[in-house]
Amino acid sequence: MDIVLFIEQVLNGLQLGVLLFLLAAGLTLVFGIMNFINLAHGSIYMIGAFFAAYLTRLTESFALGILLALPAVVFFALVLERLVLRKFYERDHLDQVLATFGLILFFNEGIRLIWGSGGIAIELPTYLDGFIVLGSDLVISTYRLVIVCVGLVVAISLYGLVTYTRLGMLIRAGASNRRMVGLLGVNVDVLFAVVFSIGAMLAGLAGMLIAPIGQAQVGMGEQVLILCFVVIVIGGIGSIRGAFIAAILIGFIDTMGRAYFDVLLLKILTVNAAETAGPALSSMGVYLLMAGILVFRPRGLFPAQGVK
Amino acid sequence: MDTAVGKVVSISLLVIFAVMPVLAPLVGEPYYVDVFARIMLWAMAALGLNLILGFGGMVSFGHAAYVGVGAYTVGILSHHGVSSGFLQWPLAIGLSGIFAAIFGAISLRTRGIYFIMITLAFSQMLYFLAVSLEQYGSNDGLLVPERSDFSIGTLHAGIDDDHAIYYVILCILVLCLYAKSRLIAGRFGMILKGIKSNETRLQALGVSTYRYRLAAFTLSGMICGLSGVLFANFEGFVSPDLMHWTRSGEVLIMVILGGAGMLFGPLFGATVFLLLSEVLARFTDYWNIIFGPILILVVLYAKGGIGGLFRGRNRG
Repeated sequence: MDIVLFIEQVLNGLQLGVLLFLLAAGLTLVFGIMNFINLAHGSIYMIGAFFAAYLTRLTESFALGILLALPAVVFFALVLERLVLRKFYERDHLDQVLATFGLILFFNEGIRLIWGSGGIAIELPTYLDGFIVLGSDLVISTYRLVIVCVGLVVAISLYGLVTYTRLGMLIRAGASNRRMVGLLGVNVDVLFAVVFSIGAMLAGLAGMLIAPIGQAQVGMGEQVLILCFVVIVIGGIGSIRGAFIAAILIGFIDTMGRAYFDVLLLKILTVNAAETAGPALSSMGVYLLMAGILVFRPRGLFPAQGVK
Repeated sequence: MDTAVGKVVSISLLVIFAVMPVLAPLVGEPYYVDVFARIMLWAMAALGLNLILGFGGMVSFGHAAYVGVGAYTVGILSHHGVSSGFLQWPLAIGLSGIFAAIFGAISLRTRGIYFIMITLAFSQMLYFLAVSLEQYGSNDGLLVPERSDFSIGTLHAGIDDDHAIYYVILCILVLCLYAKSRLIAGRFGMILKGIKSNETRLQALGVSTYRYRLAAFTLSGMICGLSGVLFANFEGFVSPDLMHWTRSGEVLIMVILGGAGMLFGPLFGATVFLLLSEVLARFTDYWNIIFGPILILVVLYAKGGIGGLFRGRNRG
């Protein structure tokens, strides 16, 4: 096996994994506490990417663009929560799905109206655009490494926040029994606004990180949103730890499947059959994994207590 | 359940569908025949979903997948020169049923939000499967070279004529509506509704609810498959777009818009949804920017859907 290619694939898998985690963390926390399913979470990811791309062009600095875009996304998300989402917390899941589906249509079209359907591409600043040479063949793009590091740092901080701080304790308590937390005198509305902002910020950050690689595009949120669903279903809704493990798992399986699955199939099938079945099976891989896990653990690997 | 007013409106709607191929060219809009054919096709898919959503309370966010299975089966068979409808149709509907049974068996082990997400993920899986089928056109889709052929021996019978296929779709839709009304009125429908309102109680009465839910799920997948069969025949083209997750969302919207759990709900829902998007699209290319908020408002304030308007005071 080609070791250089393998290390590259490991990095790609990690990159996808941490991005999925950034998105899934907010989704799973929001669901865990408010029992609210937000399809428009992917829209926040998209809007993060567009804000960052636009502000980067405006300020001509990627770092400044991201620094300005982060609070902008949080503000945007809070307004969204106040104006629309709040009305649906007490509704059933079907209503939430439909309403946030309506939001997706609205945001996709809105972005298309403002920035056109071509999307915005931004260039990386020179200090991020380089390569790190490790040995004779092994060259790693600096920016990919940055994404992985940022993702891991965020994951660790979030884990620390949820596990060791008072806020984290309230979040976990809220995921177990929101009513009880409210009765004990905690303002659940404020708590939820905080959690929602954190989730939105992480989703926005994921969008911003991906913008220089894939450019900001209309509809970019939905593809990744469904993968996120797979992540939180496997991880167990409401659990940060589950989301992290599942995100990394999915990132690896998806990347490795695409890279190596047809090679594996070649060993047992003819060339023709392997070339046909390889792409089909590897694109279905994560969903098959999800189905397999659900057969044995219908509530995911690490379900939070009290999530219905 | 459906009131007299509702019935009158529904039947007038069906009459409008029936005269459309004659009426549309008269008013100089022959294009509307296609629009109405599509409305009937989506109404049929919505009818399939309504069986489990409206009556059984199962929110599937992946029913476009079964439409796709039906359509692709016809498309692929026809691509290889197998155009006999006697082979295509049962095979397509059977395959949709098998997929629905497998996915249903796994999804139905879960509840609530998990169920929504899992049905969504499974449909996405089939979507990517269709995209990866390079020999069948990947993203670009597959042309269906000829419509299903129903000739027996020397007796020629087909649906090549555009009016013929329109009326075939209409007849099948009416048949589906009739079959569903019988089903809902019978024992199966009673149990399904019972599961929606209190599953534990039914279990206590000795009903194996999982089996009934799975049967309903499979049946609803097969109805969607049938709609897919007609799609492939009508459009002469199948593509992964048919099973994209937004399609599943649209079918869901049609059911809710029309009034979940009402026999004619899907018909109203599909009609309003597709006509509204048709009208809005004439005003502006960015019609979703209006449609999205309309959807939110409907969910907020008009939960009963259009069917709810006819329901009167004694709502269920």
